[in-house]
Amino acid sequence: MTARLTVSNLTIRLPRGADRENAIEDVSLTLNAGEILCVVGESGSGKSVTASAAMGLLAPGLSITAGALDLCGEDLRKVTSDQWRAIRGRRIAMVFQEPMTALNPLMTVGAQLEEMWRVHLGLDAAEARQRALAALNEVKLPDPEGALRAYPHELSGGQRQRVMIAMALALEPEVLICDEPTTALDVTTQAQVLALIKDLQVRHGTAVMFITHDFGVVAEIADRVAVMRLGRVVEEGSAQAVLTTPQHDYTKALLRAVPALSAPVPRALSDERVLEVRGLTKTYASRGIFRRRRPVRALDDVSVSVRRGATLAVVGESGSGKSTLARVVVGLLGADGGQVKIGGAPLPAQRRAAARLVQMVFQDPYASLNPRRRVGAQVAQGPIAAGTPAKQAMTEARELFCMVGLDGDAVDRYPHEFSGGQRQRIGIARALAMKPQVLVADEPVSALDVSVQAQVLALLRELQQRLDLSILFITHDLRVAAQLCDEVAVMRNGVVEESGPIGAVFASPRSDYTRSLIAAIPGKALFGT
Amino acid sequence: MRAAKAYLRSPAAVIGTVILLAVLVMGVGADWFYPGDPLGLAGRPLQWPGQNPRFLLGTDSSGRDIAAQIVHGARISLLIGFVATSIAVVIGIAIGSVAGFYGGATDTALMRVTEAFQTLPNFILLLVLVAVFGSTIETVTIAIGIVSWPPVARLTRAEFLSLRTRDFVQACRVQGLSDAHLILREVLPNALPPVIVYASVVMAVAILLESALAFLELSDPNVPSWGNLIGLGRNVLRTEWYVSAIPGVAILLTILGVSLVGQGLNDALNPRLARAR
Amino acid sequence: MKVLTLALRRLAASLPTLLLIIAGMFLLLQLAPGDTVDALMAQMGGGDPALAAELRRFYGLDVGVAAQLGRYLMRLVTLDLGFSAIYGKPVATVILERLPPTILLMASALSFAFFFGLVLGVIAARRVNRWPDTLISTLGLVFYATPSFWFGLMAIVVFSVYLQWFPPGGFSDITQTLTGVAAVLDIARHLVLPTLTLGLIFLAIYLRIMRASMLEVLSLDFVRTARAKGLSETRVVARHVLRNAMLPMVTLIGLQAGTMLGGSVVVESVFALPGLGRLAYESVVQRDLNTLLGIVFVSAILVIVINFLVDILYARLDPRIAAGS
Repeated sequence: MTARLTVSNLTIRLPRGADRENAIEDVSLTLNAGEILCVVGESGSGKSVTASAAMGLLAPGLSITAGALDLCGEDLRKVTSDQWRAIRGRRIAMVFQEPMTALNPLMTVGAQLEEMWRVHLGLDAAEARQRALAALNEVKLPDPEGALRAYPHELSGGQRQRVMIAMALALEPEVLICDEPTTALDVTTQAQVLALIKDLQVRHGTAVMFITHDFGVVAEIADRVAVMRLGRVVEEGSAQAVLTTPQHDYTKALLRAVPALSAPVPRALSDERVLEVRGLTKTYASRGIFRRRRPVRALDDVSVSVRRGATLAVVGESGSGKSTLARVVVGLLGADGGQVKIGGAPLPAQRRAAARLVQMVFQDPYASLNPRRRVGAQVAQGPIAAGTPAKQAMTEARELFCMVGLDGDAVDRYPHEFSGGQRQRIGIARALAMKPQVLVADEPVSALDVSVQAQVLALLRELQQRLDLSILFITHDLRVAAQLCDEVAVMRNGVVEESGPIGAVFASPRSDYTRSLIAAIPGKALFGT
Repeated sequence: MRAAKAYLRSPAAVIGTVILLAVLVMGVGADWFYPGDPLGLAGRPLQWPGQNPRFLLGTDSSGRDIAAQIVHGARISLLIGFVATSIAVVIGIAIGSVAGFYGGATDTALMRVTEAFQTLPNFILLLVLVAVFGSTIETVTIAIGIVSWPPVARLTRAEFLSLRTRDFVQACRVQGLSDAHLILREVLPNALPPVIVYASVVMAVAILLESALAFLELSDPNVPSWGNLIGLGRNVLRTEWYVSAIPGVAILLTILGVSLVGQGLNDALNPRLARAR
Repeated sequence: MKVLTLALRRLAASLPTLLLIIAGMFLLLQLAPGDTVDALMAQMGGGDPALAAELRRFYGLDVGVAAQLGRYLMRLVTLDLGFSAIYGKPVATVILERLPPTILLMASALSFAFFFGLVLGVIAARRVNRWPDTLISTLGLVFYATPSFWFGLMAIVVFSVYLQWFPPGGFSDITQTLTGVAAVLDIARHLVLPTLTLGLIFLAIYLRIMRASMLEVLSLDFVRTARAKGLSETRVVARHVLRNAMLPMVTLIGLQAGTMLGGSVVVESVFALPGLGRLAYESVVQRDLNTLLGIVFVSAILVIVINFLVDILYARLDPRIAAGS
């Protein structure tokens, strides 16, 4: 095997005032021809910085202080910026995480793709167009002719990521770096894109460095794995070895935190249905400034119910209507038809009355707290508005903070003093402060690192047992649903495709869509039952 | 606290603050520096600066002391700038926040009115207002406030539109809090920083508008406004150009001070953008 | 085609705005002390009440306010703006005579400000926080702080009185009759100083916006993609950044069309240009309310037309607009 890219003892310094001195420290990696090396780590592990260093695109403020970067025998640290331009795109190419923003919105896909051949090889327009067409064919884009003329906003996320891959592989680079290329995609799209990368990599013999946080993805495509933590490589080895017999404690912990796709042991469920949603319909027909958009059926005759003390997971990909459902249930959105009943009575239209019955935990822990107010006040304000004396409400807020695993004195701090996981705990405390009958959790862990995710899920489980909580749990991730939920409803395009006890749905899914969702879960060979 | 430190670290902010403080001292201490009527006859007309030690900046064509008019003019400019800006900011925030928070028909109606004000050139509207209500210092100030609010309203509305759908505002709705709480406690404090920064632009424009009106002799002739003096100097521009030049420099420096303070505030209040500056 | 439909729809949406302006201004002017007839009588040195009543009937001032407004709006549909007592001509004629210098002045000031604002903004952003940036940004601040009428006066002192490069005022040389290219050059010479004076503050605004917007766009993901493709920095800026960064500037043209028209009132007064702005000033001084109302109407239309053009330009630059997303 020949080493294509060698990173030896690389250290990159962060600008002064950062939370640590070096972004990465003493990192050594070897990427061989024809293999996929997965670099795994949580946020802040330095995996993306390593990738940008290999591209010669370090963010301003970062600087290499020690170590070497070597591309097929060429010292990349000695390369001038002119030479870098000849290397980038041609010998090392990159695919980024966000397909929605990675393409120039004002240029056609064709023009952006053709640029590769025109700039690097000096081909004329017609020839570049031929090559672009062939490249789009190779990444299996439907209607490649049309795609060339299209602007990025006219393509879906998965299609744009295919364009990015076509662009990266345009000049048959020796090294391809993929920085979380499937993280922003739906699970079924992710499965297709992963298969595509693997297929192209085998066909072209490219060396691929694949950055990810998801061990499922690692299990799916990696030949070798390097695990990074706080800027250091803690473990490296073949995929088989790292995934099955991890040596380092951190790797073990990470692997343990990956939710297994096995339904929990069924428990006896109450017959009382505390939340009943009947025939809910919601159509978005919002008008833009310029023209009427096509009406979108977000909810189409949706009926689900949550039993007292149990959890119902609503699972679906983006655009399935699951978040709309959550918002209608808590009264943030009005429905066009159907009914939401809590404890047998219709959800009151009045905000204050509804607050006693149903509460919500939001997805993004950074957006769900007001940055300018103390967190305690944000938890206590609901009960205060409902008539609880201020002093008592603050005392209760302290108790709730302790209950969700925070220090009671933390009530006097501001949101920026907490980590993402801690903020999500505050969000849970805020919801519980109203003592609701039903708790709606809208993707409460999807913005969190996998180890933090496991902790928050454990907290929800524990709280459910202690307080006999009834939870409507919205998620895109079947693995997460399997951790916590008793029943599941699978949604697609505003319709409930299938629902039932989680074990039954996993073991013998009745709808094709559910089957394809389960099939698309990365790494199930390894983490499945 | 952090914002105050960041503010003082920016050289632009410090220079601006110094200039503005100097103008402020001139305005507040005008009666002490130059007691008596600055518009009264002081000496022989059209003496160049330096010609007569009694008149530091010379005299205008009516024999009035230019230095006295500059110092007293500082008071007028700051007063008009401050009051007109307050009027514009209050109207703008009120209209912008209601339009942005409630959206829908309320928004459409309020934005039609705002658009009408923006479609009409503000200086022409100002002329009409002055033509109708006369040009005392009070009416001019109020008129400037009335023509200056639309951009504030648009900015506030844009902030509200983006903030009202944020999760933390939604969370407060779910908690059962009232609209008044949502607007005043949750959204407004987060929407305010850019509006405060923009207020410096409004103030600069207000001072410029008044001086332009005064230059056209449509402002109050009975107050020592810098614009008045520039307008008077126009008649002797070919030879005694300093009569117009000096008050112009005073306006320029004041606006510069206001803009620099605005930029400093922006850097301090929006640290994310500050790095790009 | 789609773009045009969109812009036309926006144009239609501004009709209620126009109506609001006309009605509002009409009612506002009712509050003015004295009407056209009073101004006319004052000019004639007084007269008897019978004559005043006769004149009021002639100008349609003898009915109620609502009826007057109704009549005015009806006449507006046929573009009849009434009669100017001061100029002794229909208001529409007076305004039409004064329109060309203003449009010419605005167009040249806008081109000047836009072009140099763009270039300086790009240079400043490319050299951010180094001396070219510091110099350009400081100049921008100073230009922004300069009162236009004062700058105009000082320009007259320097360029007309001392250097004698440009005429101190007027739209064309009235001492000789020029034709063809000579006439065009003569007008151009007269417009240099007014253009600089009016354009200066907009130059400052555009360069600041362009610089900020360049920096913003340079930090976006697709620029990183372009760099990862191995494009040269020049190509990245020219092909990927520039067009995106221009969008806020284009928006600003539309938003500031009114401000610019207002600014021309002052600049036209400084340089004695016979334009719409100077007419507005004159009609305020002479209390010619009919003409003033006509000017309000025409300037609102002018602003609306500019915004229409800006909409078309924006939609051509940004394909996302036509898609309505």
